[in-house]
Amino acid sequence: MNWTWFHKLGSPKWFYEISSRWLPWLVILSLLLLVTGVVWGLAFAPAERFQGNSYRIIYIHVPAAFLAQATYVFMAIAGGVGLIWRMKMAEIAASCCAPIGASFTLLALLTGAIWGKPTWGAWWVWDARLTSMLILLFLYLGFMALQAAIDNKKTAARASAVLALVGLVNIPIIKYSVDWWFTLHQTASIKLTEKPAMPAEMYYPLFICLAGFYCFFAVVLILRLRAEILHREHKTGWVKALMSNKC
Amino acid sequence: MLTSLCWNNLSGDGLPVVTELLRVNQLVCERDERLLFKGLNFTLNTGEMLQVTGANGSGKTSLLRILATLTDDYEGEIYFAGQAIQAVLIAYRQQQLYIGHAPGIKGPLTPIENLRWLQGWYQSLSLHTIENALAKVGLHGYEDVPCYSLSAGQQRRVALAQLYLSHQALWILDEPFTAIDLKGVQHLESFLAEQASQGRSIILTTHHQLNVPDGLVKKLNVADYGE
Amino acid sequence: MVSELNVPALTIKPVAVSPGGAAWITLCRDLRLGFRRQAELINPPLFFLIVVTLFPLGISPDPAFLAKLAPGVIWIAALLATLLAMDSLFRGDYEDGALDLLLIVPQPLFMHVLAKVTAHWLLTGLPLLVLAPILALMLSLPSQAYTTLIASLALGTPLLSLLGAIGAALTVGIRRGGMLLSLLILPLYIPVLLLGTGAVVAASEGLPAAGQLLWLAVLLTLGLTLAPFAIAAGLKITASG
Repeated sequence: MNWTWFHKLGSPKWFYEISSRWLPWLVILSLLLLVTGVVWGLAFAPAERFQGNSYRIIYIHVPAAFLAQATYVFMAIAGGVGLIWRMKMAEIAASCCAPIGASFTLLALLTGAIWGKPTWGAWWVWDARLTSMLILLFLYLGFMALQAAIDNKKTAARASAVLALVGLVNIPIIKYSVDWWFTLHQTASIKLTEKPAMPAEMYYPLFICLAGFYCFFAVVLILRLRAEILHREHKTGWVKALMSNKC
Repeated sequence: MLTSLCWNNLSGDGLPVVTELLRVNQLVCERDERLLFKGLNFTLNTGEMLQVTGANGSGKTSLLRILATLTDDYEGEIYFAGQAIQAVLIAYRQQQLYIGHAPGIKGPLTPIENLRWLQGWYQSLSLHTIENALAKVGLHGYEDVPCYSLSAGQQRRVALAQLYLSHQALWILDEPFTAIDLKGVQHLESFLAEQASQGRSIILTTHHQLNVPDGLVKKLNVADYGE
Repeated sequence: MVSELNVPALTIKPVAVSPGGAAWITLCRDLRLGFRRQAELINPPLFFLIVVTLFPLGISPDPAFLAKLAPGVIWIAALLATLLAMDSLFRGDYEDGALDLLLIVPQPLFMHVLAKVTAHWLLTGLPLLVLAPILALMLSLPSQAYTTLIASLALGTPLLSLLGAIGAALTVGIRRGGMLLSLLILPLYIPVLLLGTGAVVAASEGLPAAGQLLWLAVLLTLGLTLAPFAIAAGLKITASG
């Protein structure tokens, strides 16, 4: 197997150059997907039998919740790669992921609360999914707090990578224990996402939204990475050359 | 461990005999985006002392911490008896004694207890041996006093008593003379010189002019390799 | 070759104690240090006692109500007591240089880490187990739940120590890292809390609690196998920076 792409990916300069070519296409793609998905979901998909129109928030809530979890996994893997192979880009990627993931988690929590009001009659109920989401938010905030507390950037990246990996091992344990705890105390009968036999007209736009969220994530991540690369490499020749060309 | 090494030179009883203990090749060290030194080279043979000098903040302690394998945040190669230290890490760690700025002396424990665990990771010691070592550093009569009641100089002496117990081939001493009185320094200098002449290798940082026989001490100014 | 260089050649002899023996030395040292600092030894159980006392005062002294609350209160108080003691696990060693020496021992670091966590649990976790039945009595926990309470704490608190030690290792270089340590570690404590209280609640309702206890045992096994490596990795990273 050819590993050159992997080594290339480790070079901030190479990533900075290649990502400027990817970025416009990704922006267009994510706009296209998000607009299609959201307009279809909010305006054209049929109303739900029991919840009426209030269910339409799933077109934001479900992709946000999906991305919140996927980002953590991505962050932990990037952190692990950075730890094991001392790959600079992976370290940077892990630290750039955290605020994005935390934002998705917050979005999922907020939309969950907004949905909860008409569905359960309360802004917050201790639903298993919402509780797991809240704990995930705590994990993100802990990661960011640790990174901010250590002055040395290398040490900060490595220490928080260890934390992310520990979190990754713990997430399934947390999730299952919260689910189990919820079945003991279960009161609410409607679950947020498990729809019995959702018709195709409802979930096609959901898939499009999901794909749109993934592209959006990629766009935001690349933007953050590029900013971070410039910040970290500001002493190197290629960044100085780049800056003097632009000025 | 040691058996996994392929030493070039074996003595009669199968133990490796070496003369070139440590070789450092093109060492580069950066801390917090500041270059401390680059292209640093030196060789340390058995029976040699290396005095590392340089102004405050020039990277003396960083160099010693790299050599003590406390950090792998550096570029360049370090060879122990001809082998890359990463490959023989455990054997290397068995052979080095590191006494840092903060020597890890626990206040609530007595000098005997402190030495018992400091050296206990390397060898089991009899009470008599420890008492002997303490007497050599002038702490006779303080064996059973908690270390927090000792002065700074006396606490440093507890740490230095390890030198009288150690069988390690390489001593890495960061400012060993701190807080030691004049007589103690003279005593320690002659002890280090004696140990070096018996084949021990010693790396130390100190601002003070070492009073040991010529030819025994190599000097390395870290600042020469800085920016 | 030797005469050419005019230095005596050195015969390199292995110098090391077996990993188990060295870890035993670390364990004994930490226990001895703990017993020399008796004032600190008393703090976690005292904290445990005071926090539990706050609940009847702050909520209601009604025995029937307290009995329902007891499993959660005891577990949360035990969790906080363990957490508060955690910051001291590596900080003393970090400040006096002993941690540096621990990082360069010729034995695997995780053995020493395991020894340190064991000593720490014996000094801070075990007293909570002894105190728990008294607190359960004060909170009128049904007597059939006592054995389960002790068993759940016996399985749960070592796990809390192991997880907390990861946080302690990652925050050791940070000044006043105690608060940060809580932020990092409390979310990871949630499964232990859920299983621990779940077991005691089940037992106090007369239901079997073996399932929850076995799950705690599973997590403890997992923690014992994986956490020492995470702690060792964390120490290497933060102490070398």
